[in-house]
Amino acid sequence: MESNLLSLVTFIPAIAALILAVCLRGEDEAAQRNAKYVALAATTLTFLVSLFILAEFDPSDTGFQFVEERDWLLGLRYKMGVDGISVLFVMLTTFMMPLTIAASWGVKVRVKEYMIAFLILETLMLGVFMALDLVLFYLFFEAGLIPMFLIIGIWGGKERIYASFKFFLYTFLGSVLMLVALVAMFAEAGTTDIPTLMNHTFASENFSVLGVQIIGGMQTLMFLAFFASFAVKLPMWPVHTWLPDAHVQAPTAGSVVLAAILLKMGGYGFLRFSLPMFPVGSEVMTPLVLWMSAIAIVYTSLVALAQEDMKKLIAYSSVAHMGYVTMGIFAANQQGIDGAIFQMLSHGFISGALFMCVGVIYDRMHTRDIDAYGGLVTRMPAYALIFMLFTMANVGLPGTSGFVGEFLTLVGIFQVNTWVALVATSGVILSAAYALWLYRRVVLGDLIKESLKSITDMSGRERAIFAPLVFMTILLGVYPSLVTDIIGPSVAALIDNYEVALGAAETAAQTAEASY
Amino acid sequence: MTSADLNIILPEIVLSIYAIAALLGAVYSGKDRMAGMLVWLTAALFVALAFWIGATGNGSRVAFGGMFHDDAFARFAKVVILLSGAAILVMGQEYMARRNILRFEYPILIALATVGMMMMVSAGDLMALYMGLELQSLALYVVASLRRDSARSTEAGLKYFVLGALSSGLLLYGASLTYGYAGTTLFSGIIASAQDQAPIGLLLGLVFVLCGLAFKVSAVPFHMWTPDVYEGSPTPITAFFATAPKVAAMALFARVMHDAFGGVVGDWQQIVALLALLSMFLGAVAAIGQTDIKRLMAYSSIAHMGFALMGLAAGTAFGVQAMLIYMAIYVTMNIGTFAFILSMERDGQPVTDIASLNMYSRAHPGRAIAMLILLFSLAGVPPLLGFFGKFYVLRAAYEGGLVWLAVAGVIASVIGAFYYLRIVYFMYFGEEGDGLETGKSPVLWGFLMASATLMLVGIINMFGVESIAQAAAATLVN
Repeated sequence: MESNLLSLVTFIPAIAALILAVCLRGEDEAAQRNAKYVALAATTLTFLVSLFILAEFDPSDTGFQFVEERDWLLGLRYKMGVDGISVLFVMLTTFMMPLTIAASWGVKVRVKEYMIAFLILETLMLGVFMALDLVLFYLFFEAGLIPMFLIIGIWGGKERIYASFKFFLYTFLGSVLMLVALVAMFAEAGTTDIPTLMNHTFASENFSVLGVQIIGGMQTLMFLAFFASFAVKLPMWPVHTWLPDAHVQAPTAGSVVLAAILLKMGGYGFLRFSLPMFPVGSEVMTPLVLWMSAIAIVYTSLVALAQEDMKKLIAYSSVAHMGYVTMGIFAANQQGIDGAIFQMLSHGFISGALFMCVGVIYDRMHTRDIDAYGGLVTRMPAYALIFMLFTMANVGLPGTSGFVGEFLTLVGIFQVNTWVALVATSGVILSAAYALWLYRRVVLGDLIKESLKSITDMSGRERAIFAPLVFMTILLGVYPSLVTDIIGPSVAALIDNYEVALGAAETAAQTAEASY
Repeated sequence: MTSADLNIILPEIVLSIYAIAALLGAVYSGKDRMAGMLVWLTAALFVALAFWIGATGNGSRVAFGGMFHDDAFARFAKVVILLSGAAILVMGQEYMARRNILRFEYPILIALATVGMMMMVSAGDLMALYMGLELQSLALYVVASLRRDSARSTEAGLKYFVLGALSSGLLLYGASLTYGYAGTTLFSGIIASAQDQAPIGLLLGLVFVLCGLAFKVSAVPFHMWTPDVYEGSPTPITAFFATAPKVAAMALFARVMHDAFGGVVGDWQQIVALLALLSMFLGAVAAIGQTDIKRLMAYSSIAHMGFALMGLAAGTAFGVQAMLIYMAIYVTMNIGTFAFILSMERDGQPVTDIASLNMYSRAHPGRAIAMLILLFSLAGVPPLLGFFGKFYVLRAAYEGGLVWLAVAGVIASVIGAFYYLRIVYFMYFGEEGDGLETGKSPVLWGFLMASATLMLVGIINMFGVESIAQAAAATLVN
């Protein structure tokens, strides 16, 4: 029997958004409260229903599960499914969204529209992780730009216009190139079915364009087109510049969603498309990607050290942490990819929590300048404790989830490229430097600033939001097999296929050479 | 001339007789007092004809020794033309009545222009083509300057006339060259004499015909008249220019290229590809600096014509199908957008300044969200229907071997996204402005909402347009 569980999970938020749009009128206090409660209920319901996916998921099956399929336009298909790689991203999304909504309780302007934007965004994000049709994937992937554009533009900070346009156009430019590659894949393989495409071998014979020899041929070009999109989304150095702007200007909840989930789409894309579909192209480009990752880790960590704005600092730290992700993915071994996925999940909790930490004091003081703070520990002990925990997790302290991800990716990369591993490891030290320094400047020291004398500690609502995040960060830190058991078999299958495909391409190249 | 021939062009005959009868009736009875009623009558007739043509026609028939084709392709184009014409008539009625420019000639001229367009898409001969084209153009020159007391409107009409006459001249010159080298004006004769290798004179003729047609679809570098005419004409006329004539011209373009010059695809493919490239980029770049929403829509339509031409440039049946789908979606989006533009006013005066939309979303959230959907659809952002139009033409271009054009197209669409976002910016992020009234007209509201809803719901199955367009394209390209 075909189950509709995935579609159900995906479209609950959209339906809630529709209900809000149609039924809720007015801008008064009661209407605002209703909008918040409807959104919270819908996201919580989504999370609860998504637990069924996790419960019934069979990790030993490396294929796609809960598959649904329907006819669509142009020979495309509406096809959804999850495997070991995507299922946890789905869970991450449904887990983070209720917290995000709860963290936006203080929103005062256009509450209804705000909640609708977030609910639609959730549907689109879930769709990205579940879509098993290229065009369907692209649809969800791109459509997410619209609500995010509005979230930054309407509810953002002072420079929100610039940030929202930069965010939209930057990521749109990245992904239209993917659209061309997608059209090319459709034309070459005659299908947009992702599982079929994973087994399809795209041409990898070298050819030259305008006198430039392209090693890996079609595969390299397609890889680059997809890379343009995912690298911008992730983001990788040097195309990360939209991220600090977007993060700084977005409202707290927008930053949380951006850091915790939207960035992960890039990493997921590499795992779902780049490696399995263009193995030869991936191999050709691996050195470039690895060095870009290493540079990202060191360079953005250094940039983070120089930031005056808390959100910007955390944004740069996100770029650095995403460097570990790309490094792990393109190490293309079990530890590397396990680590990369683990790092993405753990970064989802940690960076989300850090942005909420900034949100907590921003709501009170309306500034994100590091200089405006200092000595918060005397007035806000609970806040100091929670901020401490996530700072440590961000640094990668053993016992927190941050450590596992960084360690696994470093182990993975060490087997492939020692030099990159060496450079990347120095990033761990740098991350300790900027994160601890931030903590010292904001929380420790004497409380000398007049304006801070009356600041209050976290409310019950705020503590309740952080509780699940604290729990997950520590749980995954001490018991990482929770994750690796689920992703392990699928990752192993991915690597097997990757190596078989590379072997086949090599044999084919040798035979071609021999026949000359 | 047999009764079978007349039978085939019956819809055109009905519409022509209606136009003449309406003219006589209006002149002898009420003149402008009848205008409102005539608008509704004409629109109703359009819809009836669209259903008649759409529902009863099947197969391919030829009348007058090959001068007139009635096939699935022509029927598809005619239905789109008639329905969009009807929509524009209904939408503009109130606007024109309130500004005292609702003259009884208006619906009649539109009906005559529509006869011309129906003739164009069915043309099987250079003579028939020219006849249809001129009938359409002459009627449109007049409606462009309908507001006689306005310098802008008169200027628009005059500009349109002069440049249109020039393009007709080019087209005629090309037609005469073609006739000289092919020995016939029938498309079926031209294609027989131009298989794989065409004589140089015939190619010259092809180029001139192409230039003439490019004027009509306002492809760069033959686009100069578009922004001025769009800006100067009364808004309902602008809306009409942006929809039905574009479909007719594009369909005619496809028919001439495939029916007459289908043997030398390689020769015209490069020209069309270049037209497409230039149109997409100029449309995207030039619209950025516009402050008037009608001028902006002019450049937007130039860019959209570029995309439609991209499908045509592929030179395949799928390319024609992609073009037809693109045009159908384009027309639907434009009807919604112009319904909104028609309703923009302040103190009863029409406003077309983009900045007047400042914070529009706060006062009218429903209309703002509909407009938001249309704008993102125009920009080609998924999941809206506009994206699928782009997807079809991109695929056609790729399969036609025009990868460079596809890459250029998507880059142009990113540049183009900027100015649509700018409107969103005014509506949602802008400063608090003077406030804009958008009338109470339920008709305009209905068209706006319906068009936006179609953009969202259409992605489920496109209402079967896909397979109809496929059948239409198959009859043209073989």
